[in-house]
Amino acid sequence: MGIEGIGARVARKEDKRFITGGGRYVDDMVVPGMKHAAFVRSPHAHAQIKKIDVKKAQGMPGVVGVLTGKELKADGIGNLICGWMIHSKDGSPMKMGAWSPLAVDKVRYVGDAVVIVIADTKGQARDAAEAVEITYKELKAVVDATKALQPGAPQIHAEAENNLVFDWEIGDGKATDAAIKSAAHVTRMKIVNNRLVPNAMEPRAALGHYDKAEDHYTCWATSQNPHLARLVMSAFYNVAPENKLRVIAPDVGGGFGSKIYIYPEEIACLWASKKTGVPVKWVADRTESFLADAHGRDHVSMVEMAFDKDNRITGLKVDTIANLGAYMSLFSSCVPTYLYATLLSGQYDIPAIHANVRTVYTNTAPVDAYRGAGRPEATYLLERTMETAARELGVTPAELRRKNFITSFPHQTPVILSYDAGDYNASLDAAMKAADYAGFTKRKADAAKRGKLRGIGMSCYIEACGLAPSAAVGSLGAGVGLWESAEVRVNAVGTIEVLTGSHSHGQGHETTFAQLVNQRFGVPIDSVSIVHGDTDKVQMGMGTYGSRSGAVGMSAIVKALDKVEAKAKKIAAHLLEADEGDIVIENGEVKVAGTDKSLPWFQVALAAYTAHNLPAGMEPGLKETAFYDPSNFTFPAGCYICEVEIDPETGLTEIVQFVAADDFGNIINPMIVEGQVHGGIAQGVGQALLEGAHYDANGQLLTASYMDYTMPRADDLPSFKVSTSNTPCPGNPLGIKGCGEAGAIGSPPAVINAITDALGVVDIAMPASPSTVWSAIRAKRH
Amino acid sequence: MSDVSLTVNGKRVSGTAEDRTLLVHFLREHLGLTGTHVGCDTSQCGACVVHVDGRAVKSCTMLAVQASGSSIVTIEGLANGADLHPVQAAFKEHHGLQCGFCTPGMIMTATDMIARHPEGLDEATVRAELDGNICRCTGYHNIVKAILAASQAMAKGSKGKAKQAA
Repeated sequence: MGIEGIGARVARKEDKRFITGGGRYVDDMVVPGMKHAAFVRSPHAHAQIKKIDVKKAQGMPGVVGVLTGKELKADGIGNLICGWMIHSKDGSPMKMGAWSPLAVDKVRYVGDAVVIVIADTKGQARDAAEAVEITYKELKAVVDATKALQPGAPQIHAEAENNLVFDWEIGDGKATDAAIKSAAHVTRMKIVNNRLVPNAMEPRAALGHYDKAEDHYTCWATSQNPHLARLVMSAFYNVAPENKLRVIAPDVGGGFGSKIYIYPEEIACLWASKKTGVPVKWVADRTESFLADAHGRDHVSMVEMAFDKDNRITGLKVDTIANLGAYMSLFSSCVPTYLYATLLSGQYDIPAIHANVRTVYTNTAPVDAYRGAGRPEATYLLERTMETAARELGVTPAELRRKNFITSFPHQTPVILSYDAGDYNASLDAAMKAADYAGFTKRKADAAKRGKLRGIGMSCYIEACGLAPSAAVGSLGAGVGLWESAEVRVNAVGTIEVLTGSHSHGQGHETTFAQLVNQRFGVPIDSVSIVHGDTDKVQMGMGTYGSRSGAVGMSAIVKALDKVEAKAKKIAAHLLEADEGDIVIENGEVKVAGTDKSLPWFQVALAAYTAHNLPAGMEPGLKETAFYDPSNFTFPAGCYICEVEIDPETGLTEIVQFVAADDFGNIINPMIVEGQVHGGIAQGVGQALLEGAHYDANGQLLTASYMDYTMPRADDLPSFKVSTSNTPCPGNPLGIKGCGEAGAIGSPPAVINAITDALGVVDIAMPASPSTVWSAIRAKRH
Repeated sequence: MSDVSLTVNGKRVSGTAEDRTLLVHFLREHLGLTGTHVGCDTSQCGACVVHVDGRAVKSCTMLAVQASGSSIVTIEGLANGADLHPVQAAFKEHHGLQCGFCTPGMIMTATDMIARHPEGLDEATVRAELDGNICRCTGYHNIVKAILAASQAMAKGSKGKAKQAA
């Protein structure tokens, strides 16, 4: 390992601009003539639009345009779509209701965009938005997915009878029922996974600019995948032909899934720019983000886990209702299906699994992937059930898990996935050691002397990352392939640009990807630039989500580096009059192995571009492109242990220690990987203790600001003890599994297992706020 | 409309702004100092923290006209001509940032915190005093580490200076 190569804790190259105020986010962009947009949003959860009167607003100071959904439709702008087809078990396709970027005749959730107002300043746009008069006829609303399925519930989309989007199943129902019937013990639970709001700190924003002279559109967007945004906006929304649309995602202030999707606002800003002839910028305020960003989770499940007399799991049956909100967001259908139910085997050898999933429309914000996306829901369900089972069976949580761990690989689960590598005992051992699990009994007794309730809980998670083999996801209904592209350009002076379809919005790609190049050619990372986030610069790419940038994005870079290396060696062999097979590239030098003959790296690059003396028939230049399509998912796994102390008088839970032992395969930059784990844990702890999106029965979002929605703050969390073990992933050239989501996946059940252990109760609702915990303590006393 | 005149990062600036213009918008939109960010509407997130007359202030809680006559330091001026302020350097060294959006506010808060605690800082104090700044990426772990390290480095630095003076 060199000081800047694979495995080195290199400080991030991108930090300089962020710590000096030089980051460039969408809201920092200024285009000459630019105006500002505000959206008029529905105040009702469910209503018919009877009349929209924009006259008064049009006359307000500074206003340049007030545009409605009717005008947008008249210009042929398409409806938003969900890009992953799921079929119900009766063979019928999912029931996708129409989602117009600006509502035309009906609104379906509080925050549904209805009118866009464009004015000289943001303040004027907001003033004018207030003056738009919309007459609604209110309809009854439903926010709870279970209630929405009941007969007589308000009908949200004509296309989806009883609000049912699809009724899907996976696994072997008969075998699972038989296992439950013949079981020595069955653990049954109702598992609720609370609705969350992703809350990237940078609110979503869009700047649309139509250049009339060039007949060309540019959209600056807070996107995790600008190429996908361009593709979808041109292919489905008719905003502009793909060759006339450039999407730029500059510095993006966090995503966590919420910036994968193409939302109404960027479509409306681009369209409005053409309509009004001015560049149009919109930046969400935080309440708009709460109302109109895609939310996450919101599952209710019934679980039955069957055991034989030796405490081996013989079957798992799951029945889940997933709330999709008012419209089907871009990937909403795959989250509660292929990203969820395929993970229900967890780290365990389970012979029979069956899951049924019903997805449901409600009058709430659309629900889609949020950090982990389906895998946290599967892990929470499984690890809460395992914990309860251990208590019912009278064995320790570790013992029950060990007994059921998968120990040989590859392992084919009954729910599609084939795990390629792992060592679940190793991460459990590491976590228990780091947590001093053996010393817990004494710590609990000490806490009791201080009047505190102490509890410990664990969670053994697995996730499927490195999304994803294109043919496999295609066969499961995906509308896109999930490969990644890379281009490596060696300049004539030997410096290198890597163009990638991955997008960094905090993950540190500018450093990690450069380390890969340093490892290969010995070029200092300062001489390597990573270019991303601009469809005019990077040919095509699928973006960053599903912990895919390492396993898929960097694998594409490796493929392109292979090609560059091969060509560089050919050139060097020619110049040094040596055999190509004897050429090695080390520490910035191109050498003939076993001799003192060598050339500096830059001289080989220069030779490629002067082209005065190249091997016969070789094209000049040193630039290569590659597409990498993974052969399998990757399977990061690990064990998290949480220890809590609860004040029975206030119900306040303090996390006294949190241990994470992860297996991410090979690691490029341990410092960055640890940072990903820290952040993921904070979000998982947030879900377990603090966060929850709540709608009232009329569909008003009660938690629409940081005054109401509890974000984890520094004093809610401890410092974390994190470590990694390594079973390299055999499926990609770097042996990488991915690390972006693990923290958010593994931590909620560890926290809740600890709290229920401390309180001696079977279950407690997330978020386990002080009042929830206090009530549970009081209920138990009475 | 109101006249606003300020000293920002050591330079005298003046302009005219709507009465309702917040200090943060004046800095960002009138002066082009976009390092100060807006992350919420309720003065909860702290992405907009700047120093007003030497104290950390959420620049979304103050009207531009209220700040008239004040001396403001933003993230762009914190290093005051040096390459990096010690707090900026510590955030980089300890990976105290990921997406960078909350970072300017965190650094301005941290600098003020360190200045108010010449006796030094411990983890509990840092965590308690970061209550007004939200980060969604780092889980605060490395932010806390960076602030503690910066506090120590700055204490050593000032002791060194005191020794030199003696």
